[in-house]
Formats: sequence, structure tokens, C-alpha cells
Amino acid sequence: MITKKDVEHIGWLARIELTEEEKEKFTKQLNSILDYFEKLDEIETDAAPMHHVFGLTNVFRDDVAKKSMSQEDALQNAPKKEKGCFKGPRIV
Amino acid sequence: MNVDGIREMVKSGKSVEEVIQSLFDKIERSKLNAFITLAKEQALEEARRVDKHGAKGMLGAIPIAIKDCISTRGIQTTCGSKILEGYVPPYDAHVIERLKADGAIIIGKTNMDEFAMGSSTETSYFGPTRNPCDLSRVPGGSSGGSAAAVAGGEVPIALGSDTGGSVRCPASFCGVVGLKPTYGLVSRYGLIAYANSLEQIGPFARNVKDVALLLDVIAGYDPRDSTSMDKKCEYTKELRDDVSDVKIGVPKEFFGEGIDEDVEKAVWSGIKVLEDLGASYTEISLPHTKYSLAAYYIIAMSEASSNLARFDGLRYGLRLGKDKDWHTTFSEIRANGFGEEVKRRILLGTYALSAGYYGRYYLKALKVRTLIKRDFEVALKDTSVLITPTMPFPAFKIGEKIGDPLALYLADVNTVPINLAGVPSISVPCGFVGKLPIGMQIIGRHFDEATILRTAHAFERNTGG
Amino acid sequence: MKPQSYELHMLLSETPGDEMKDVIIGLEVHVQLNKLRSKLFCSCSTQYHDSEPNMCTCPVCLGLPGALPVINEKAVDSAIKVALALNCNIEEQIMFYRKNYYYPDLVKGFQISQYDYPIAMDGKISIEADGEREIRIKRVHMEEDPGRLIHVGTIDRSRYSLIDYNRSGVALLEVVTEPDLRTPKEARLFLNKLRNILEYLDVFDGSLEGSLRVDANISLAGGARAEIKNISSYKGVEKALLFETVRQKNLVRRGIRVAQETRHYDEVRGITISLRTKEEEKDYRYFPEPDLVPLRIGDRVDDIKRALPELPDAKRQRLVKQYDISDHHAKVLTSELKLANFFERVATKVDANLSATWIADVLKGELNYRGIGIDAFSPEHMIQILQMLKNDKITEKGAVQVIRTILDEGGAPPEIVKRKGLLKIEESIITRAVAEVIKENPAAVKDYHDGKNEALHFLMGQVMKKTHGRADPSMVSKLLKEKL
Ligand SMILES: [Zn+2]
Repeated sequence: MITKKDVEHIGWLARIELTEEEKEKFTKQLNSILDYFEKLDEIETDAAPMHHVFGLTNVFRDDVAKKSMSQEDALQNAPKKEKGCFKGPRIV
Repeated sequence: MNVDGIREMVKSGKSVEEVIQSLFDKIERSKLNAFITLAKEQALEEARRVDKHGAKGMLGAIPIAIKDCISTRGIQTTCGSKILEGYVPPYDAHVIERLKADGAIIIGKTNMDEFAMGSSTETSYFGPTRNPCDLSRVPGGSSGGSAAAVAGGEVPIALGSDTGGSVRCPASFCGVVGLKPTYGLVSRYGLIAYANSLEQIGPFARNVKDVALLLDVIAGYDPRDSTSMDKKCEYTKELRDDVSDVKIGVPKEFFGEGIDEDVEKAVWSGIKVLEDLGASYTEISLPHTKYSLAAYYIIAMSEASSNLARFDGLRYGLRLGKDKDWHTTFSEIRANGFGEEVKRRILLGTYALSAGYYGRYYLKALKVRTLIKRDFEVALKDTSVLITPTMPFPAFKIGEKIGDPLALYLADVNTVPINLAGVPSISVPCGFVGKLPIGMQIIGRHFDEATILRTAHAFERNTGG
Repeated sequence: MKPQSYELHMLLSETPGDEMKDVIIGLEVHVQLNKLRSKLFCSCSTQYHDSEPNMCTCPVCLGLPGALPVINEKAVDSAIKVALALNCNIEEQIMFYRKNYYYPDLVKGFQISQYDYPIAMDGKISIEADGEREIRIKRVHMEEDPGRLIHVGTIDRSRYSLIDYNRSGVALLEVVTEPDLRTPKEARLFLNKLRNILEYLDVFDGSLEGSLRVDANISLAGGARAEIKNISSYKGVEKALLFETVRQKNLVRRGIRVAQETRHYDEVRGITISLRTKEEEKDYRYFPEPDLVPLRIGDRVDDIKRALPELPDAKRQRLVKQYDISDHHAKVLTSELKLANFFERVATKVDANLSATWIADVLKGELNYRGIGIDAFSPEHMIQILQMLKNDKITEKGAVQVIRTILDEGGAPPEIVKRKGLLKIEESIITRAVAEVIKENPAAVKDYHDGKNEALHFLMGQVMKKTHGRADPSMVSKLLKEKL
């Protein structure tokens, strides 16, 4: 059972501000979905967890430097920018 | 209107520009809301260029629509979300590079469930897409815009993406052909991720031949995608009519409870058609199927919760007026920019990965995934394809299921095991309930797209499709 | 939040002495593998230091939707090299994980890092503090560098931040020690040793800005642990730890409990400050990066091991043995690979002991004084200087002058010796000067014979004057005594 407080905490971890109404609603819905997920508790298995469908390993790239994007392309979608940098909120 | 139809129009004297313009005219009058963005200027300019210098490549001068989660340089790419409204990628996805190299003309970006999270295209920030067969119904999802555009004659071919059925579901609901390739066959470079370990870009068309053609263009190894593999072959050349060597497995878990009776009937008669053509069939079992949905949603939501963390309004996308401290700024942007279904899945995924729950949810799901894949490998040892209904029921009414998320998740019951196993699967129309199409799902061995395309092709030719 | 300047006063008002025995320090050192040409997961160049902001980015390292990482093979090999040099056990199979957290310098809302199955564990290196001390290495793992956050003003007062992602995606190696360090000085010695090893391996250039960043955990025995984040210089580490030691001791002295918290080192003010942000308990939600596949590295370890270069400790032992130089000289010479190579180049041509003395004591001192590296001096020039010295062509003083001239004005030794008139003059000329001086200074000669030692100094000075300082002083003294 997860509580409204849990939902608040998850919302904080995910950086999604939730309204009171959302917290109530999601608490209920998340619980019913998590109940459904409990189906997996039925099954005991030593199977190796799947990391790639075909167990692919050792995919590498050579250490070669190629041309980067232009500064203009990099900043093209930035909602706020200044002096060739992305402008962000204050930290504290 | 299929690829051959377009080619005939041009052969009979119409300019490519006229053909493309007629599509835009149709789309602009359309009630389907299949497109989020039209690339009218670029497409018409390309058409004029082709008219002047001639077409080249496998898809020379063929118009195509692209699901809005595939990055297109210079064309807005939103994933159906408010948070990406106005985002114009500075680069092309691998599949877009291939399409351009083979002469295709991109006419626009199609509507989808927000970040591909849904099976009805109702969660799009840009409004729901309507089913061309019945405007009051959903086209399926999440690639509903692409399926509806093809079914509605607005474009002959389109690309979608399939994480847990997002190509096959709308193909089934709209009565077109849609294919999910083997995991790794098509590069995901440029596909905006929902659940990386499950998804593939897949083609839509009105017939199997055009699906094979489009797959010929987009499949192939890409060094920019570490999970991609060099396994392609020439699919159009494999489309023989002979299916006498095809052994069909019919997994009992995919029939029965929860599956609409008419749907079951239509799929069984489809199997009989193939039997008449010389294929054999046996009933088989995929014993871990009942765990698929839970495993699928845990994996998909966990990966999604992380994939969608990058949307913070700093480098692209939605930014609200005044910044506060960064925690609050990010939290408000994300609260404002994501729709309800996206929030729900991010929250669930975050929870499933959080301290103390990783082993119970994500890791467990990865183990179960191994079991499910094994089921398919065993079943496909003695059979060459598996056949099931694509969806348990035909298209439902817009608004009918949106209030009950879990019920909607359960609709993916027959499509998600395929993504977990990484096998390829195609949905072909196999009948109707009233005027609503039904899709038959043909599943193949890993990288054996050739056999499912051939089987689907033979079926299509013998049912007048 | 205000600068806690009273703590700075405290620091200045007392010096931590041997009370420091109860200090426990562990380091997490992040070094850039900046000898690589490209970043860890994309082909952008690592040579961004002279670029405008955001000129070295691509969809991958800018975290654009849809972009995918592909790992740089040489980065993995470099990491294995380092792990071997740190005497670690290399894992058979390694994996990358997503470390999920939010920060404006992080382009994807997660950092691709390692968690379970890191590249290596359980190593050790020795440092020379008071005697040799072994510092255990807990683990070594790879991860991507975040971008660079520029605070307008200080971090706690800035109204907004500017972000440059040129650095984003550069390969980082995180080296985590066990809490084996006992003093801030040991922490510095450890870092010097680590840098030394990394430069020997040719995977790291420590002179580049931002190439090393350290998170330090520090506690007093039995007390809570403070984590000081993101110290970005070698000196900063020692300073921050010193400040923090005193701060914690003062708290204890006043009966206040040390809080377990994350503190920020303010390089400008030389203090650590508590950020007191909402970022409480950590929950990174690690899970395997689905866009990368596992790497089986076991079978490449042997080849890499065989190709490992001679490391500082081994080189130091060999120099002592092969050239019969002092351990002290060998230590100084091996403190930098280039210096050691310089020495060996010179020592094959001139007497090894003479070379060691002149390079380790004289040349190194002159270089340090000017804050420049050994690259500024050619070994051929050193060979010429030492050969002239050895053949009595120049005096020791002259040799020093040649070195200084080369460093300050440029030029080659023979030409400088000529231009500055440093060639040692012949005995006959000195003999003549001695005779003249004795003749011209009868009073001083008398004083000398009366036993006044200063008279000899005076006479020597006169001879040096006559020979324009080019005479060998010992020779002048000898000849004077003979003639008197
Ligand atoms: Zn890059």
C-alpha cells in the first residue's frame, strides 16, 4: 500500500509538482496498478535478468573526434540563453 | 492509395508537386487530426526538385508521414506533448536519413499518445486522432496518427514506433498493415525514447508489399545505436506466394478470456485461409504469458521515468515565465508540461526504481522477460510463425476507456509479450466487426521478418486485401 | 546564507598539530581521461578548453531527445590501465548504469555511470607521508562528466546560472579510496601520487583546468561525516580539509554535534559552507543503461597489462640501481615522467650523479621558481652545460647563469657562454693576475703574513676583479696561497 505521503515523495524525486487533487487520485490509481504488478511475486526464478535481447556485448566506438554542432544549433531550442550559454535558474 | 498508386499518378502525367499538393488539400480538409505538424513548404520544394531533376532511390517521390517521436531536422518534433511544443531537432534520426537518401518526401509529423504512452492516441496534447472507419472511435495507439493517415488515404506509407504494440494496435484498429521489427533491426537513433529496451520503429502501409518496401529502406545496422544489429535482408524479394513450408503455432494463451468472440472467429478463419494455401498449424503454449503485462509495464515505466527526466526546460522545450530556485522551476515546468498519463507512468516508474523496490520490480521484470523470451524461442523452434489476434477487441469509442488506466493497459495483452521477447510481428487486416476492422498478428522468429511478411502477403492476396 | 567568516578566523588562530591523529578522510577523485581524443559516449572533441561555450556538443552530449550513447573503446582500455596501475582486481564483465538525479549541469536528468559491475575494485597505492603508507582503493569506475555551471557571483548568492556543456560527456574516472587517509597533507600526497601514476600511463593531463575534482569525506573519530563536494584543485583539497578539520574540532570543543551533511568548498573564500538545500536523502534509482550493452573485458586485460609502462615506484628503484644516484634524487626525478625521461637522456651522455644533482636540485628549482615545466628546457642544452662544467670550461656559477639565461632569454649554451663571457680562464692568466695583485697590495700581503685571514679574502677579491669573475675561486685561492 502506498500512501499519499509516498506519492508526494515520488513526485519530489521525479520533480513533478502535484496538486492536492492529483495526489489523491494518483494514490488510488497507483495502488491498483501496483496490486496488479504483484502478479510477479507469484513467480520464483533464477533466470538471468535480460540486459539485451540477444545478449549482445562489447559494442564499441573508435576514439576519433568528429565535428561538433555549431553553437547556434546547440542553443537553437534554448528558451533562455546568455553569452553563448544556456541560462538556468539559481541553484539555492 | 498505395505506393503503386502514387507511381501511376506520376506516370500518367501528374507532377509530383500536384500529387503532394493534393494530399495536403485532403489533410487540410480532414477531420481525422492525424497530423501535428505539416512540412508543407519543405515537401513541396522537394517535389518541385524531383519534377525538375527526376526521382531516385527505392522510394523516389513517394510521400511519407512520420510519427512525431522521430527526430526530423528542421521540423517540429513534439512527441504529442506540451513540454516539447516548438522543439525543432537540429538533427535527423537514422531512419529519416535513410528515407531521404532513398528519395521519400516527408509531408508531416503524425499525432500520437503523449510520449507514446497509450493505446488510443487520446493522451496527445494536440487532441485525439479519429478513426477513419468511424470518427467517433479511437484509431488505436500510440501511433494512431500514422495509422489513421494511411487508412484515411492522406498518405500511402508512414512510420510509427512500437514499444508494446503501438504500431500493431492502430494498424489493427484502422485496418492497415503495420510491422514491429525484431529488436535491433532498425536503428533507434533519433527516436525519442519511451522504453529503450522494448521499442522499435516500424512501417505502416495499405498492403504488405509496401510495408516490406519501407522496411527495406529503414532496416540495417547503425553504429550510433549500440543495440542495433547487422541482420537485414531484402524483404520485397521474399514476398513469394508459397506458404506450404510455413508451420503456424497458435498460442492458446492469446485466445479465450477477454478476447472478443468476433475477433477470435476472424483470426481463426484467417488461419484456415493459410491452411488452405498449404500451411500447417498446431496449438502451442507460451506458459509465462500471464506475467507479460506486469513485466512490460514495470520495465516500460521504469525506463520512461528516467528517459523523461531530461525535460527540464533548460536546453529545449517548455519554460515557464519566471524562474525560481531550480528544484521549484523544474518541478513546475514538468507539472505543467506533462499530461496525466505521462505523470502517472513517471511516478510509477520512479517508485519501481526507488531504494528498496528495484529488486522486487525492475530486476524481477528483467528476469521474467528472460522466461518469456525463452517461451517464444521454444515455441518457434518447431513452428515458423505464431498467429494471434492483434487486439482483443475492435476500436472503442473516444473517451470510453480513458478514465480507467489499468483497464486500458490490459488491452495490450496480446502485443506486449512480443516486445518483451524481441521477436518481429506484423498485424494484417483479417475481417470486420460491422465496419470496424480486425487485425491478425503474425509473429516470427528473431530477424525472420521475411517469413512473416511472406505469410502476411500470401494471406492478403488470397483474401482480396 | 552568509559566509561563516568567524570560522575562518578560528582557522587562522590555531594550527592543527599532531592532534590530527583522530581524523578520518576518504576521497572520491574524479579525473578526466583528457588524453582521449573524443568524449566517452560521442565523437565530440575533448579539446574544448580554448573554445567558446557550447561549441563542442552534439545531440548525444547535449542530451537531445533521441540521441544514443556509444562507448569509446580507448576510454575502457585507459580505465583498465589505471585500474591495473592501482593494483585493482579487474572485473570480468562490466556494465553501465543510470544514476538518476537532477541538476542543471546534467543534460539527461541522469548520469551514465557504473554501479554494480564497475571496472575494478580492491586496489592500493603507497604514499610517502611519515614513512611509507598504503592507501586502499575501494573501487574504480567510469562515468560521464556533467557540464560546467557558471554561477554569477557565488553559488549561494547567484540569481541565475549559466551553463556550458562543452565538458558534458568527457570520460571521467572515479577513484574511491577507503577512509585510510589521516591528515589533509596525506590527502594531498595521495592526489600527487595518483596524478603521477595517471600521467605515467599517458591517460591524463593534470595541468588542464577542471581535469580533477574531488569529493572528500571527513570525520573525527566517532563523529558524523561531512562530505565536501567538488573541490577542483590539488591545493584546494588540503585547504578544504584543513578548514573542515578545524571546524569540526571547534564544534566538538563547544559541545556541538557535527552534522552529517554535504558541504560546498568555496575556493575564493577558502571555507566550506553548508548548502542546506532540500536535497535530503539520496535515491539515485540506479538501473542498467538500456542503450548500452555489457562489456566483457576479461580477455583484454592481459594485453593491456603487458603493455603497461614502467610506473613511478619501479622507475625510482631502477634509477637508483642503474645510475647509482641517491634515492632522494630518484624520487624528485620520477615525480614527473618528463623529468625522469629528461634525466635519462642526459645521464647517458654525462656523469649520472652530476646529471641527477643538476637536474633534480638546480634545474628543477629554477623551473619551479618560474612556474614552468621541463618542456621549456632541452636535454641537449643540459648535456652541453654539464659537459662544459665537467671539462672545466665553465664554473658552477657560470653553469647556473647559463640555465637562467636559457629560461629567461632563450639561446644555446655555447653562444651564451661566449656572449656573457663565462668561459673559465686559463691558469697562466690567473697566475699573472695573482703576481700583479701581490705586487700592488703590499699592506694586505703583510696583514696576511701577520695572520689576518680577511686579507686573503681581500686579495682573492682583487684577483677576481682583474679576471672579471671568470676565474675559478678555488684555483685563485690555491695559487694565492702558493705565491704568498
Ligand atoms: Zn557530443
